[in-house]
Amino acid sequence: MILAVASGKGGTGKTTVAVNLARTLGSPVQLLDCDVEEPNDHLFLRGTLDLEEIVNIPIPEVDESLCDGCGECGRICEFHAIVSFGTVPLVFPELCHGCGGCTKVCPHDAIHEADSRMGVVELLQDGDITLVQGRLDVGVAMAPPLIRAVKAHLRAGMPAILDAPPGTSCPVVTTVRQTDFVLMVTEPTPFGLHDLTLAVGMVRELGVPFGVVVNRYGVGDDRVHVYCREEGIPILAEIPDDRRIAEAYSRGDLMVDVLPEYRGVFESLLSKINDCVATADLSSS
Amino acid sequence: MKELVVISGKGGTGKTSITASFAVLAERPVVADCDVDAADLHLLLDPRVKERHDFWSGHEAVIRQEDCTACGQCYEDCRYDAIRLVDDVAGGKAYVIDPPSCEGCGVCVHFCPVQAIDFPERLCGEWMISETRCGPMVHARLGIAAENSGKLVSTVRKEARRLAEEGDHPLILVDGPPGIGCPVIASLTGSSAVLVVTEPTVSGEHDLERVLSLTKHFDIPASVSVNKWDLNPEMTERIEEKALNFGARVVGRVRYDRSVTLAQIQQKTVVETDAGSGDDIRRIWSALQE
Repeated sequence: MILAVASGKGGTGKTTVAVNLARTLGSPVQLLDCDVEEPNDHLFLRGTLDLEEIVNIPIPEVDESLCDGCGECGRICEFHAIVSFGTVPLVFPELCHGCGGCTKVCPHDAIHEADSRMGVVELLQDGDITLVQGRLDVGVAMAPPLIRAVKAHLRAGMPAILDAPPGTSCPVVTTVRQTDFVLMVTEPTPFGLHDLTLAVGMVRELGVPFGVVVNRYGVGDDRVHVYCREEGIPILAEIPDDRRIAEAYSRGDLMVDVLPEYRGVFESLLSKINDCVATADLSSS
Repeated sequence: MKELVVISGKGGTGKTSITASFAVLAERPVVADCDVDAADLHLLLDPRVKERHDFWSGHEAVIRQEDCTACGQCYEDCRYDAIRLVDDVAGGKAYVIDPPSCEGCGVCVHFCPVQAIDFPERLCGEWMISETRCGPMVHARLGIAAENSGKLVSTVRKEARRLAEEGDHPLILVDGPPGIGCPVIASLTGSSAVLVVTEPTVSGEHDLERVLSLTKHFDIPASVSVNKWDLNPEMTERIEEKALNFGARVVGRVRYDRSVTLAQIQQKTVVETDAGSGDDIRRIWSALQE
């Protein structure tokens, strides 16, 4: 099973839920940190990160001796990343999406693609948990190609937990696509509810079954519960607002390790996710 | 005219609560919410929308099934896994586009041998100009699973700048998105100052380094403030030291205070309540004026 942990709003506890769930599972599991702009899962695990691969995006390079300035490359590029004024074109690598259009369209084979580094994929092994993490280079704008590179490490037959970035746009869509279930972590506050409704819209659009975890339960009011009840969205766990949890997190400690009274929350969450996925499988087949 | 952008790296550190408080404390600001895919500032500032504009950006490929010969050229060429091979109603196979995956590059459109792919403009959301108790506000809503959040951010900032120039406002306050990628870069390029709001956790520390590398990369002066500092005082000191080493200013701490959530529930900014953390935010605001 491939499980994604998402949220809409940042800082609601995605990392907490993803890493504690991975630890609770107690059998081999892949943990994919798809928050490549700010990967944090490794801070809560033991062991060292090893470089697995350097991820590049293909950027056009123009061979001036073959170019006659026809401008076809500039006309196909939707991102203004290659521009020709009847001369050898200028390339703006930071705007390039790596679609390959200019290389393919050039009638003189004057353009080839060269690798431009965008980030790395790193691995860490901690007991049963295999962490696969993407880390975007600072100054690089586009996260989705790196997230795809992280997801390419998914191993068939092994359960996987994907820690998504916050928000609802392309990096989150890239992470959540083609997963079996999405766990949405929120908090019972106006911000938490508002961003949850946006995330629900996105996950419904993608057609992936989902449930909600309410973190910092008790801090706000009951609006998230009311919303979930009205929408028929299952609340699969409530993690109480407990300053000790925040303090453990601040030190990089796992809740299930240092506050054993909360192990039950994650065990029950795991079994409820399994129930939900089984029901979803039944209704889709 | 100055433009102060509030970012954080890590999400959920308190950017919006602090930006909204600044909006109340500032003299005639224009406020811009650039966290376009999870915008929350309007929940505190209660904007009355005066103008609403569709945000069209880029294009989206659509295969006309009646003209498609199912040759598979588009499937071969697409680098974004956006072309799906599905069963059609007649029991055969059909190629279709998965809209959330389509990057809008147009390669499939250009190389389709029978020109069976349309390329209409894509509606990616909307942006609004509103009036609030603190002044004009520009905000936006990205469409569901839509692309181009960076361009929407640029649109919001451009409109905020126009309002500020027309109304002779001395300051634009920008509530930025989390992370360090496309929408963050679009939020801060060309701004006059950045405030990074972080928290004293291993994640906050880790993400601060990356976000300060980014402000350095773009050569924008950065200040740092640690929110919920008393959750982990040693970590707070470590973070402040790190910030100084990066050449950033340290402009003050905000205490861990449940009243921040209560203020949110009452649709008030922290400084409009008697929460103790409001005094901390006022001090940071004064420090930023120096």
